[in-house]
Amino acid sequence: MNTKKSLISTLLVAALHTLMPAAAADLRIGLSGEVTSLDPHYLAAQPNLTVGRHVFESLTDIDPRTKLIPGLAENWRAIDATTWEFKLRRGVKFHDGSDFTAEDAAFSLQRPLSIKGSPGGFASYVRAIETATVVDTYTLRIKTKYPYGALPEDINSILIVSKKHALNAGPEDFDSGRALVGTGPYKFARYLRGDRLELARNDLWWGKRPAWDRVTLRVIPADPSRTAALLAGELDAIEHVPSADIKKLKQNRNLRVMQATSWRTILLHVDQYRAQPPGITGNDGKALAKNPFMDLRVRRALSKAIRRDAIAERVMEGLAVPAANIVSPGVFGHDPALKAEAYDPEGAKRLLAEAGYAQGFRVTLAGPNNRYINDEQVLQTVAQLLTRVGITTRVEAAPMSAYLGRVRKEETAFALLGWGSFAADLALRSLVATPDADKGWGAWNWGRYSNPKVDALMTRALASVDRDQREALARGANTLAMNDLAFIPLHHQVVSWAMRANLDYTPRTDEFTFAHHFLPK
Amino acid sequence: MLSYALRRLLQGVLTLWVMSLLVFAGVYAIGNPVDILINPQADQAEIAQAVAQLGLDRPLWQQYWAFLSSAFSGDFGMSFVTRAPAVALILERLPATLELALTAMLIAVVLGIPLGLLAGLKPDSWISRAIMAGSILGFSLPSFWVGLMLIMVFSVQLGWLPTTGRGATVDVFGIPLSFLTADGMQHLILPALNLALFKLSLLIRLTRAGTREAMLQDYVRFARAKGVSESAVVRVHVLRNILIPVVTVAGLELGSLIAFAVVTETIFAWPGMGKLLIDSINVLDRPVIVAYLLIVVFLFIVINLLVDLLYAALDPRVRLEATR
Repeated sequence: MNTKKSLISTLLVAALHTLMPAAAADLRIGLSGEVTSLDPHYLAAQPNLTVGRHVFESLTDIDPRTKLIPGLAENWRAIDATTWEFKLRRGVKFHDGSDFTAEDAAFSLQRPLSIKGSPGGFASYVRAIETATVVDTYTLRIKTKYPYGALPEDINSILIVSKKHALNAGPEDFDSGRALVGTGPYKFARYLRGDRLELARNDLWWGKRPAWDRVTLRVIPADPSRTAALLAGELDAIEHVPSADIKKLKQNRNLRVMQATSWRTILLHVDQYRAQPPGITGNDGKALAKNPFMDLRVRRALSKAIRRDAIAERVMEGLAVPAANIVSPGVFGHDPALKAEAYDPEGAKRLLAEAGYAQGFRVTLAGPNNRYINDEQVLQTVAQLLTRVGITTRVEAAPMSAYLGRVRKEETAFALLGWGSFAADLALRSLVATPDADKGWGAWNWGRYSNPKVDALMTRALASVDRDQREALARGANTLAMNDLAFIPLHHQVVSWAMRANLDYTPRTDEFTFAHHFLPK
Repeated sequence: MLSYALRRLLQGVLTLWVMSLLVFAGVYAIGNPVDILINPQADQAEIAQAVAQLGLDRPLWQQYWAFLSSAFSGDFGMSFVTRAPAVALILERLPATLELALTAMLIAVVLGIPLGLLAGLKPDSWISRAIMAGSILGFSLPSFWVGLMLIMVFSVQLGWLPTTGRGATVDVFGIPLSFLTADGMQHLILPALNLALFKLSLLIRLTRAGTREAMLQDYVRFARAKGVSESAVVRVHVLRNILIPVVTVAGLELGSLIAFAVVTETIFAWPGMGKLLIDSINVLDRPVIVAYLLIVVFLFIVINLLVDLLYAALDPRVRLEATR
């Protein structure tokens, strides 16, 4: 009898817990990605940066539309082609009450280089830096190794730690909270690895006081479970709402869904360097005389055969915007004059015939099945659309880990990739520039597209410290590469948040979820 | 007895070695973690540097040899993604998983054996039929679906229990346990139930089959003829005899509950070892994968040994030495 009573009371307590709204000043957010380390300079993965940006800040900041705005630096300017001067914000305090100075900034910019054994560190963001010199307490001068206009973008990813606490500290000191001392809006309270991070408001913060006293960031990678936790009232907001749930959540009057076009562009790399790329054959299964993808008409035919609006509406259930650009609308270097290629199967067939492939050919399309929104369905749809115009397409989808292994072994000739960037020239450098290990170009240019004109424009853009000039050059390079179909752009993903109806969040192009940007309505 | 245990342990070490070889080569064959984890802005030199720093550019046998030599001194390497010792990461998650698996096993045993016994003693009653029908559902419904349904019904619709996560914990000898707090218990019920469902069905069917067979045995008839009460017949003669296969299966299944609670832990965002394994496989965090599977193999070896010892206790005819 007694146990029965206690069971009932347990259930009652549970019921009350879930029915009671959270105290007004608590915010509980469900994150979709596993946080692996709290060390802000160990692994450059979005979940790590998400939690990092609650505790730490960077010199330059990014607004919800990916525009560069002041962060811990109030302003900055290029003194000459290789020298930048950053004026730091005065009166900023670390969580322990100590002052933020140029010493901390200089130390933080150097620290990523000292991290050893990381499979994906932050060194890439500081490789252009020759020296970072403290001029005075609030002035930092950065010399770059070569003229480099993207420095303010790059160092946005470098979070500023307290030199006092982070000197000689390793990832374990950050995971324990000991070295987790930043200037950001939230202070470390408790970390349960693989489960949650609890934060408390930093009342010393220089920015607009966040609405929430306490924030819990819970890691729930399973999509349906994250949605369920929101529906049950255990969470106030979730990120990356699965496409299947969007409709249902939008109809729920207790909830609201906020969306923005993400910076993530989904594209297809096409082999343009091998005479006989793997997976491409004639209809008889024999190798073709030459690589059809080297012919712009064939690439154009691929692009025309893909029905982007239908993919966006049906396959992606509205979570995509047809793409014609390397970067999303509104992002630095985006060319609004480029329009997504219209669906034109007849035109595609004509172009194929002109190129000498009236009978079509066979290709294998490779891609991940666990990385991007509905990625495998997108692959299947593209394959069917291409098959319809005569390019018989077979899909090989695999988990990202296995897929990338195959790509690196150069076993793919037609491969899907997603890319997020807040500047077209930076994206071009990785995706489209002629691969060159010495220059560090084209590390992700799987098709090895090579166009000296694009390379030249991109080089000039990156070397330009005048932002307007740089954007014009970057846009020019983008337009040129896209008109030449360096790769086949598919769509820009749409990123979604769902939250209680009495909350407000400005959806961010860069997909970040920040507790301090949630507002009570 | 002692020589038996020693021999078993030696076999176990051999198994561990073969397992480490297989897993090591398997993960190597899938791909390179740097490809997945590398900063997208990294250039070729930085990619090569990251690969070299992790020793992934060396031939497989060299990498394996380096692993083996440090493994002998108890060092199974650092997780690539967290820069924490792999074994420490796994042991950190062990209490959560053990708690979940033992609760699930408890549910399965406490409900499964009596229900199976009932179904075996009165095979034609409607209640037995209901039990058997239920056990078929428990067998055949996929675990992730049942988990989601449990969440939708008990958490979202009825609002009785929390959807996901582990509740508040208290430290007992430095081990964080959640089943000792009310909040922790509430969080434990649904995942434990979900995990228990399959084992529960298994035990019901096993116990029922054993019971039906035992009821036809001569010793049961003699006992009845002797005038032993029905409850004593069941308790002393039936139950004791059917417990041997039940203990074997329960033991082995406990191992798989601990090692492969992956689906349940993922659906319920339970911060246990299974979730760690899946996360590690997704990013090819080889040190954690290898250490995890070695720990699991070790667990199975120990459990098997314990089951064998338990046999001897339950059945006086079993002599461990006799298997030589």
